[in-house]
Amino acid sequence: MSERYDAIVIGGGHNGLVAAAYLARGGRKTLVLERRHVLGGASVTEEIFPGFKYTVFSYVVSLLRPEIIRDLDLPAHGLQILPLESTVTPMDNGDYLAGWADPDETRRELCRHSPRDADAAVVFGRLMHHMAMAVKPILGMLPPDPTSLSPGDLAGLLKLGGHFRSLGAERFHALHKLMTMSSADYLDEWFEFGPLKATKSASGIIGTFLGPRSPGTAYVLLHHYMGELDGAFRAWGFQKGGTGAISESIASAARAQGVTIRTNAAVERVLVRNGQATGVVLEGGEEIPARTVVSGLDPRLTFTRLVEPKELPESLVDAVRRFKFRGSSGKVNLALSGLPNFTCLPGEGPHLRGAISISPSIEYLERAYDDAKYGEFSRHPYMDVVIPSMIDPGMAPPGKHVMSIFVQYAPHNLNGGWNDEKREAFGDAVVDTLARYAPNIKSLILHRQVLTPDDIERITGLTEGNIFQGELALQQLFFLRPAPQWAKYRTPIRGYWQCGAGTHPGGGIMGASGRLAANEILRTAP
Amino acid sequence: MLKTSPFHPRTSPLVRAQTWRRWAGYQMASAYDPHPDREYAAIRNAAALIDVSALYKYRITGRDAMRLLDRTITRDMTKLKPGQVYYTPWCDGEGKVVDDGTVTRLDESSYRLTSADSSLRWLHLNAAGMSAGIEDLSERVGALSLQGPLSRAILSKVAATDMAALKYFRFVDTTIAGIPVGLSRTGYTGDLGYEIWVEADRAVALWDALAEAGKPYGLTPAGIWALDIARIEAGLIMMDVDYFSSHHALTEARKSSPYEINLGWAVSAGKGPFNGRRALAAERARGPAWGFVGLEIEWESFERLFARHGLPPQISNVAWRSSAPVYDAGRQVGYATSGCWSPLLKKSLALAHLRAPHFAPGTQVELEITVEHRRERAIAAVRKLPFFDPERKKA
Repeated sequence: MSERYDAIVIGGGHNGLVAAAYLARGGRKTLVLERRHVLGGASVTEEIFPGFKYTVFSYVVSLLRPEIIRDLDLPAHGLQILPLESTVTPMDNGDYLAGWADPDETRRELCRHSPRDADAAVVFGRLMHHMAMAVKPILGMLPPDPTSLSPGDLAGLLKLGGHFRSLGAERFHALHKLMTMSSADYLDEWFEFGPLKATKSASGIIGTFLGPRSPGTAYVLLHHYMGELDGAFRAWGFQKGGTGAISESIASAARAQGVTIRTNAAVERVLVRNGQATGVVLEGGEEIPARTVVSGLDPRLTFTRLVEPKELPESLVDAVRRFKFRGSSGKVNLALSGLPNFTCLPGEGPHLRGAISISPSIEYLERAYDDAKYGEFSRHPYMDVVIPSMIDPGMAPPGKHVMSIFVQYAPHNLNGGWNDEKREAFGDAVVDTLARYAPNIKSLILHRQVLTPDDIERITGLTEGNIFQGELALQQLFFLRPAPQWAKYRTPIRGYWQCGAGTHPGGGIMGASGRLAANEILRTAP
Repeated sequence: MLKTSPFHPRTSPLVRAQTWRRWAGYQMASAYDPHPDREYAAIRNAAALIDVSALYKYRITGRDAMRLLDRTITRDMTKLKPGQVYYTPWCDGEGKVVDDGTVTRLDESSYRLTSADSSLRWLHLNAAGMSAGIEDLSERVGALSLQGPLSRAILSKVAATDMAALKYFRFVDTTIAGIPVGLSRTGYTGDLGYEIWVEADRAVALWDALAEAGKPYGLTPAGIWALDIARIEAGLIMMDVDYFSSHHALTEARKSSPYEINLGWAVSAGKGPFNGRRALAAERARGPAWGFVGLEIEWESFERLFARHGLPPQISNVAWRSSAPVYDAGRQVGYATSGCWSPLLKKSLALAHLRAPHFAPGTQVELEITVEHRRERAIAAVRKLPFFDPERKKA
């Protein structure tokens, strides 16, 4: 039998590392077990092609909770966020729509296309600010169970009720609309210019098997507005060294708190005796005892793979089986010998330092979804393209570049299933689509990594390749994430906890689930 | 008319929003972009090229050059080796700081002094009875500061010298792309970085050579706004912002000794006679009345002040340079003179003068800030400077 720990965290993704750091900070002797050789889960930087560092999965950061940055002093451990200042949407007529760092410049640019939208954008921005303010307290809150009469839940509900009442009618109604509408409908109420609506609505479909016209996507849009970098909502940035360096910084902070981290240590299952977790057994048979075991994996793995479903109530197993994953996004990473030349903005302008959004119209996005709805990858997908080496030259050899392309849609349930041939065909569709806007791209490619939802699942373990550990759909949020009555990080097995993005408040490099879980463990399991 | 720097033909077309500022009678870029975020990021992440030609520069030669400087500055000139650079303050007879800058020993018998303010008169006064040549190079020599973790990689491509051999606060005469330059491993950012000194008529050619070599390394022209944030993180003071030159101060109370502005380490106790020696010895014996320290504003208290008005904390991406009172237990114990949000450390920082004994690291004080038109006090902790001190600076 191996050394005993107070707490074992399964999975060295960013939430697992955050949970471990907080547990150790609270005095628990803590061990993190990561299956892969590299920490970070879906926040990893890997040199897949010599000299070129790929942000393999997640690629930008905004949602990481400021209180975690402060509590763990992540800047001292390597967190360094660089500005991602612009978004450019190439249009089919050869023009473009740009959002720049300077709000006045952005407004003038939008005026070029629609003076009315330029005005509307200012008021819309104010509303989204208020919506983010409205949601912010919820992000740091243990989700109360509305069906429970326990004092804690009642107090939570009362607090929540008071919070919503304080919003006032106008903002409450806006919030309700965001919670229920499609992003396309919601944006139609505000804007007329197609590329603008499409680019904004794209935030609403990320990581979700829904199109911009599907109800519920407006909330995902809000989810992407909630980040606060340096006190400013919806600011996005690059981590120096890629998102893997965020995981490394959290790991370093965790080690500084005394956490032991083991890689290449895959957990076979959680040991349970008499309804109480007693430790874990690794693949290979090593048993490690602990009285607290925390799973950073998604709900499917947490409840149906790491433990015997017979240890759990039927209703929970059922809810978890119905929990929607439906991975819908892929990733293409490119090593480039030079910079792409966009027809709409020729040369090496500032647009290459920001995001390039392939989202010319709502119709384009909805058609991309149509392909996926019927089991095919999008022939002309939505793409969020960034070139991290533009702002962080260390990502590629001098003068060369890495390009990260987030792609939607690539359905997990592809007709006939994914194979090597289909993966490459998907990669070709991505590059061909990009070449419509930047014709020289093909001649620049030194190496290409294509990742389908199946690859995402195979490499990271994320069920069906869903990047959020389960869709951010209203029926899977807050006190329903991942299942009714089990949204407070605990499980029916005593001493067995959950801390992944499959719990409230969910996906993105946020760390909130890990922190809330650790705080709840420290509070209730002395 | 404000003067323009020898690099102006290159910097001028890059200043997109015409954000210029005055610096010692020169017109210099505040920022090239409308906001300094990217320029600041380049200093800490890649490399930034900053025009610092507005510094005053003097070449001091002759039999008594060393004696003149030793009499002027607070550090011991007899220990400065050829190819070495000092950062140092200098004082008046009462031990109050006149200015701060660098002294480089260019070779056996010639030196270069840089200063924030014109120092010609002061040098001549101090040279009375000595045989020393004082040549004002301020307009003849342009200066570029190349700062950031990749600055050495860039210079390794173009400088005809072994960059690995150029240590912290050392100087070498060399060429860059065939252009004769002086190259020192110095700067005002607290990062790995260099300053490059060039004859004005070769300045544009030097800029072009560096811009070309730096392109694959993300070299970014940066203005004073970005530099200001970096220098606050590095805890580096600025004359007439964080302290008044004793030559400018309208009252005695506005003058500071080196001990009062965190430069006590640069006062050599053992050296021969120099300006202010007696006063400084006396001050050292009784302990300085003021300390110059860092303040780190406690985020929760800062956030609370804004939340009261339904606002998220307001953060500027430009440093502030105004005096703000600092309190301890309700009583004013000093004042902050500049501060910024550190994008790197994710903290709100300030530089402050505090009365003894309130400047001990860890002391909790309150800093006055204006929130929604009201004067409020945010909790802050006294920190030892610098806030940021990466290994690469000296490595």
